[in-house]
Amino acid sequence: MRDDLEIRPAEGERDILSELPGELMMWVLIASELLVFGAALIVCLAVRAIDPVKYAADQAMLDQTAGAINTLVLVTSGFCAAVAVRSREREERRKARLWLGAAGALGIVFLIVKGFEYASKASLGIGIETSQFFTFYYLITGFHALHVVAGIVVLALVAWADSVRNMEAAVAFWHMVDLVWVLLFPIIYVLR
Amino acid sequence: MKYESQKIAFAYFLTAMLLFIVQVSGGLLAGWIYISPNTLSELLPFNIVRMLHTNALIVWLLVGFFGAAYFIVPEEAGREIHSTKIAYYQLAILVLGTLGAVVTYVFDLFQGNILLGKDGREFLEQPLWVKMGIVVAALMFLYNISMTVLAGKKTAITTVLLIGLWGIAIFFLFAFYNPHNLSLDKMYWWYVVHLWVEGVWELVMASILAYLMLKLTGVDREIVEKWLYVIVGTALFSGILGTGHHYYWIGTPGYWQWIGSVFSTLEIIPFFLMMVFSFVMVWKGRRDHPNKAALLWSLGCTVLAFFGAGVWGFLHTLHGVNYYTHGTQITAAHGHLAFFGAYVSLNLAIFTYAFPMLKNRDPYNQVLNMASFWLMAGGMAFMTFVLTFAGTIQTHLQRVLGQYYMEVQDQLALFYYMRFGAGVAVVIGALLFVFATLVPRREIISAGRTTALNPAE
Repeated sequence: MRDDLEIRPAEGERDILSELPGELMMWVLIASELLVFGAALIVCLAVRAIDPVKYAADQAMLDQTAGAINTLVLVTSGFCAAVAVRSREREERRKARLWLGAAGALGIVFLIVKGFEYASKASLGIGIETSQFFTFYYLITGFHALHVVAGIVVLALVAWADSVRNMEAAVAFWHMVDLVWVLLFPIIYVLR
Repeated sequence: MKYESQKIAFAYFLTAMLLFIVQVSGGLLAGWIYISPNTLSELLPFNIVRMLHTNALIVWLLVGFFGAAYFIVPEEAGREIHSTKIAYYQLAILVLGTLGAVVTYVFDLFQGNILLGKDGREFLEQPLWVKMGIVVAALMFLYNISMTVLAGKKTAITTVLLIGLWGIAIFFLFAFYNPHNLSLDKMYWWYVVHLWVEGVWELVMASILAYLMLKLTGVDREIVEKWLYVIVGTALFSGILGTGHHYYWIGTPGYWQWIGSVFSTLEIIPFFLMMVFSFVMVWKGRRDHPNKAALLWSLGCTVLAFFGAGVWGFLHTLHGVNYYTHGTQITAAHGHLAFFGAYVSLNLAIFTYAFPMLKNRDPYNQVLNMASFWLMAGGMAFMTFVLTFAGTIQTHLQRVLGQYYMEVQDQLALFYYMRFGAGVAVVIGALLFVFATLVPRREIISAGRTTALNPAE
């Protein structure tokens, strides 16, 4: 039956995708996430361009110190995660788990700081519908915070199922969460 | 065809094709009513004709998917279908439900009766008892297919197909929940409508397409699977929150406008990937499969889906645009090319691929089949263009300048005439397709020829 032929690709035909570290699907996810956050940040800048005065007034209400602390926390957490993968590659599995634990713990610190920020905004009566700026503030930082939660869960999972491949994929995701914050912080909190 | 139980697909495909003809005929009639609004206005009002047109579409596409699953799964799992009997009973229930719905619609029986009368929600007009029948049939189907897959070989194609088919059944359950609050009603309504066609149906589409590419091009399974996973990943990533593009004006909070705009814009990606996938597979493929018509339908499917679902969808998905275009002929243009490209063409591709095997003949009437492709695809493309022009004018006159709806409709008459002409081409193409697949004629396309204009006897 003709349909049963399986024809393999020619010898030496390389598959670029298989050279990525970790899981291909993780890279698809990361690319998709960056598209979404990128688009949201660009629209946010467009909103700023349309009404810079109102935008600046709203932006002034953000707690830049908390944002800066969280930047340090998350970047340090990313460093811990990277060290974890290094350790795992050297077969130091216990050490790798400890570093992952540190990364996750800093993730929790990030969420606590973020929680205080949200609470203080809520006490001022500021919500997602308050203004265009705050719609974006809550949407973007809220989506990001959800990714931090997901990232902590994923880090915990690969601390348990700790193959190098798993760990690479999880840490790649964590770095993405990190990277998004590093882009988001200047645009939403700092840029005047 | 290796497995006896793949024959089940034959009955499903026949039913689907019959409903396909009913659907396009209904469409043609509805198109005529646009030109001559009083046609059958007492006997068969426009809203009923439209219901028949949309309901028949959904039902025949689903029946086609079921048939495709019965055809594909035995080969992928490497074993016969769990129970042939269940499969035929399932079809009988679906046919009974379809007839019941049609009779209820046309004669407007049991109006207001909660169990027997027609439901008021668009596309979910089926009487409650028919909805229940659909669930029973779906459960029988899922049981049958899942048992087959579980007992056999699990491939990426069957896994994705199963997830898609389970998703179809699960999201249909929201059809039973109809809150009094109109905003909530619409919110859950989209769980069925959007999460079907822009969510789980895409999984079914991608897996059937992957199967066709595997068979028609002979590219390594590993490569096909990698594409399949990436397509499915991007489809779910964009499609689930893409539901937000239906939440702009139904009373949900304003932030949905941004969630919907951003995520639904990305919905173009899986359709773009499917198009690239099919062409890359054909280029990479080293197999010269004799069924050229099936290949034409597969490639046509991905291209038309990219334009119809992807490009025409993006055209009016941003809320700033949709504020003006919502519910105009732009929507009709998008709906027609998206459904035709993505799901109609896909079904016709798998029919074209499977029929020669189901009837145990060489590919036959290929030239006629390919002619039907160009007739239908051309007709549908033309219809999309004229409706897009009509929609643009309608948007400007009605939404920007604020003219009255019916006044504007008069201005669109020319486009409605042209749309009817396009519809005639599509119906002729559909009839030609059915003829080409059912009526035997020995004919083999000579190997290596890219066009089919010169069949060798």
